[in-house]
Amino acid sequence: MSKLCTLSEAVSRLIHDGDTVYLAGFTHLIPFAVGHEIIRQGKKDLTLARATPDLIYDQMAAAGCARKIIFSYMGNPGVGSLKVLRRLLEAGKLEWEEYSHFGMITRLQAGASGLPFLPMNPTAAPDLERVNPNYRRLRDPYTGREVVVLPPLHPDVAVVHVQRADVHGNAQIWGILGEQKEAAFAAGRVIVTAEEIVAEEVIRSDPNRTIIPEFIVDAVCHVPYCAHPSYTQGYYDRDNAFYLEWDRISESDEAVQEYLKEWVYGVRDRAEYWEKLGEETHRRLAVPPRYAAPVNYGEY
Amino acid sequence: MDNTAYTSSELMIINAARLLRDGDVVFVGVGIPNLACNLARRTHAPNLYMIYEAGVIGARPNRLPLSIGDPTLVSGAAAVCSMYDIFTLYLQRGNVDVGFLGGAQIDRFGNINATVIGDYAHPKVRLPGSGGSMEIAAWANRCYIMTPHQKRRFPERVDFHTSAGFLSGKGERAASGVRGKGPQAVVTNLGILEPDESGELILTALHPGATVEMARENTGWALKVADSLRITEPPTPEELRILREELDPQGIYR
Repeated sequence: MSKLCTLSEAVSRLIHDGDTVYLAGFTHLIPFAVGHEIIRQGKKDLTLARATPDLIYDQMAAAGCARKIIFSYMGNPGVGSLKVLRRLLEAGKLEWEEYSHFGMITRLQAGASGLPFLPMNPTAAPDLERVNPNYRRLRDPYTGREVVVLPPLHPDVAVVHVQRADVHGNAQIWGILGEQKEAAFAAGRVIVTAEEIVAEEVIRSDPNRTIIPEFIVDAVCHVPYCAHPSYTQGYYDRDNAFYLEWDRISESDEAVQEYLKEWVYGVRDRAEYWEKLGEETHRRLAVPPRYAAPVNYGEY
Repeated sequence: MDNTAYTSSELMIINAARLLRDGDVVFVGVGIPNLACNLARRTHAPNLYMIYEAGVIGARPNRLPLSIGDPTLVSGAAAVCSMYDIFTLYLQRGNVDVGFLGGAQIDRFGNINATVIGDYAHPKVRLPGSGGSMEIAAWANRCYIMTPHQKRRFPERVDFHTSAGFLSGKGERAASGVRGKGPQAVVTNLGILEPDESGELILTALHPGATVEMARENTGWALKVADSLRITEPPTPEELRILREELDPQGIYR
């Protein structure tokens, strides 16, 4: 069954006000186009969960989509702080729930595995455990030592951007794998966006690369350049210049609103956004190919 | 450029690189720790094994990675795994020799604050938070910290314990049962601090031109000085050449 639809349809049908959403991707494959569509559709009261909120949650929070944020590293990666979120937190205008990276992804792993929790070794750092009541300690029944536990995370919706998928939702990623698979299996609904929609035979020619199987996917959207200003390995580079630029834009709420007006509300979709970025940016972010050696699965 | 002159960043990077041993498996952070690791690999530690919290194992970046998840880390790497795998199979299991840490505050016992200045619920300054550092500080065999030497960065006590140094002393860390041995050195632009028997950071080395007084003035506790205080070797022309020509030709971290 084909699940192919436009991104606008997928967001409208599968993301509701008040949902907990997880736009996955650790630096790589961050689905910015989906965040922008959520903003354009005026979704409200979302709980935004991500290990690294990145620019996308800075933008969604600035657009008024967020009620709460769940995170483990609230920085502009390689640049500094996420200034919109930082201002909101310092002003007490946004709820938050905080973990370490390991705590955050362990919650997802437990959610994805259908478990009540997965134990972690203690770290000796007392304060996050003290301020976040979700952190609990249990005694290991075998050794008597303490382990740290957190509840599973079950987002209402996970959004995963991939290099290629078929129309059924079988999705393949290469490069940094982050927490995409865990987010998809932990979530109630899954939206896959892809740089390329390929024939089912292409997916089946390399099954080891498939991280998400079709039967947990609700919608498949063809969204080239979805990840800009983050990147898609082998397709386009990270736009480091924009990450630096955001540091400047996000200094003031006015500049952030101007940005949203021009680059989010002011364009219809990702295709128009990419066009608007212009040829110089396209050239700057192009990457020469570097192919893997083919593998032989054998004809059985 | 004058090949005997160097910046504070270069001084810290070069001295941190010298602390790494050939064959170390290092959990690399972005920025100046990344430069230190790549410098060590191109000088005395060719078998340094670099892993990144994004899930990249045995990275050999061709260009300077500008984020922890830069695509250059992946192309040519030995393996890529999920974040859950990197934190469990690699870090928690005990397969990481060295972790690099940084933060807004580092206290007398090497505890680090990267979370908040002021009250947690009503922060005066909200910082990025732990990321991977809470577990790296606990489970890597050795941790190194790189930071400019400033009084506000070296308070007697941190406002928030994002990651554990020696807590209130070596005994308390040992009693917690964490596997890693904690911070082994703090490299600053003035010198190097290392823990004494109690876990207190004391001045063990000065860089050429720096003085004990400068270090004391820029430390928020009564800084003790090791009997064996040494002066570090100045950066060599070769170390500076690799940094400037090969690793950071644009001078981003200079």
